[in-house]
Amino acid sequence: MMNLTKKIITWARIKSPWILHFNTGACNACDIEIIAALTPRYDLERFGVLLKGSPRHADVLVCSGPVTKQIEERLCRIYEQMPEPKFVVAVGACACSGGVNKGCYNVAEGIDKVIPVSAYIPGCPASPKAIIDGVVKLLASLEEKEAKK
Amino acid sequence: MHNSEEFRIPIGPQHPALKEPEGFSVALKGEKILGVDIRLGYNHRGIEKAAEERSYIQDIYLIERVCGICSHSHSTCFVQTVEEIAGLTVPARALYIRTIIAELERVHSHLLWLGVAGHEIGFDTLLMYSWRDREVVMDILALVTGNRVNYGMNTIGGVRRDISLQQAQEILKAMDILEERTKYYIEVATNETTIIKRLSGVGVLSREDVLLLDAVGPTARASGVKRDVRVDDPYAAYGELTFNVITDDHCDVYGRTVVRVKELLESYKIIRQALKNLPAGPIAIRAPRKIPAGEALGRYEAPRGEDVHYVKSNGTEKPERVKIRAPTLANVQAVKHMLRDRFLADMPIVVAAIDPCFSCTDRMVRLAEQGSDKSKIISWPSLHAYSIEWHKKQGIDFSELNKKLAARLAR
Repeated sequence: MMNLTKKIITWARIKSPWILHFNTGACNACDIEIIAALTPRYDLERFGVLLKGSPRHADVLVCSGPVTKQIEERLCRIYEQMPEPKFVVAVGACACSGGVNKGCYNVAEGIDKVIPVSAYIPGCPASPKAIIDGVVKLLASLEEKEAKK
Repeated sequence: MHNSEEFRIPIGPQHPALKEPEGFSVALKGEKILGVDIRLGYNHRGIEKAAEERSYIQDIYLIERVCGICSHSHSTCFVQTVEEIAGLTVPARALYIRTIIAELERVHSHLLWLGVAGHEIGFDTLLMYSWRDREVVMDILALVTGNRVNYGMNTIGGVRRDISLQQAQEILKAMDILEERTKYYIEVATNETTIIKRLSGVGVLSREDVLLLDAVGPTARASGVKRDVRVDDPYAAYGELTFNVITDDHCDVYGRTVVRVKELLESYKIIRQALKNLPAGPIAIRAPRKIPAGEALGRYEAPRGEDVHYVKSNGTEKPERVKIRAPTLANVQAVKHMLRDRFLADMPIVVAAIDPCFSCTDRMVRLAEQGSDKSKIISWPSLHAYSIEWHKKQGIDFSELNKKLAARLAR
């Protein structure tokens, strides 16, 4: 019985991941591409992906930006507020490694310097196609992990 | 200040209504807003300092990423300023191409804004419609520049990519599609009762307030102030093109919507003219790596308003100082004024109505104690007090002037 419940939960999680978008000091380019991925042309919602407003409702935290010193504390707080299991997607070159902002005095140079990251989507900015590819790959990896268990 | 009837609501830095991390602290009495404190700085990356450590060519790509929505605005403003210091004459074809990309960017930015504004008033259908149409212009930008956002078109002394005849045809085709859709949006904005009732009388900013608070761009033009750098101080090819500066007398969010939608039509007009008159010739001239010593101030009409760049060079291949004043910083003071005595429910749309771009705007002050690792972030009021003291020591007193300004604002 427990096994069946687990299976249903995993299935639901993969079929309908809810995301929270958080700008950690990005230049807006990645952010508008994330929104573009959710609007009619690319329509990420057809995979069950839904943008939520609260970290407490979200499974996946989608971050863009190199993490400025001011936002660092808030990023940790939002990450801690998310329910388990949680995943972090770093969108764009800045979120992956600092990008063009590398060496600036106020940035941490990448999301993974602050919280663990599950998927990296490169690009400056990452195109909606790349974002969809990244999200689908993350979901596929979850499916594999569950199958191994 | 604090009394039992007043309470404060913190909004941000992470909030569903905000696309960027910003902190607002709203003082409320019931549903009414008594005052708003805006905390900037979450997005501050230190680009001005970074620009001093990179060469001019590297700076173009860094400054392009000050803001992802008006990236061409920032890079053009920067290269124009550097070209002025170096005394370069940019080929006419390059100026026309810069103008075309600038207007395509305005189209994408205004369509984006229309969607966001629709979303903020709970009209998500408009968001989906306008973002679908925005993809038409994004395709064109990708075709012409090779990237959807952050185009990398500019270089010192010209542009990096030419527009071929075939590409010009594609642009013209897209303009026809977009013009038809824009006419539909104008009809929606001027006839749809929901939009008119929700936006009229919200976020009022009178003509006098615009002049007093120095608002720029569509925010100023919607209050009847004809302020547009493209006409006032023509750059690129704008001096040779004919177009209207759209103004409106509603002085509210509704007026700002009408101005932006009508500006789309003007942008199509500019793009068509520029493509028709596109001069032949080279697209760039060779620029020296070392820019001679000097300083210049550049102005540019970004989709959100006037963008100002100041560059000081010292004869090396790196600038000595780069200063950026983005349009949102000019407009953000007006937001505080627009929100006073209004309802909390109007806040998302009033903030959205200036089309804020905080990644351009963010700045902060960090005080470092000498000889120790300690540093603290200083708040705006204490910095303000410090600057008043500092100026007083220099023998300059603004307190009379400030009182006058406060009295006029309180009126």
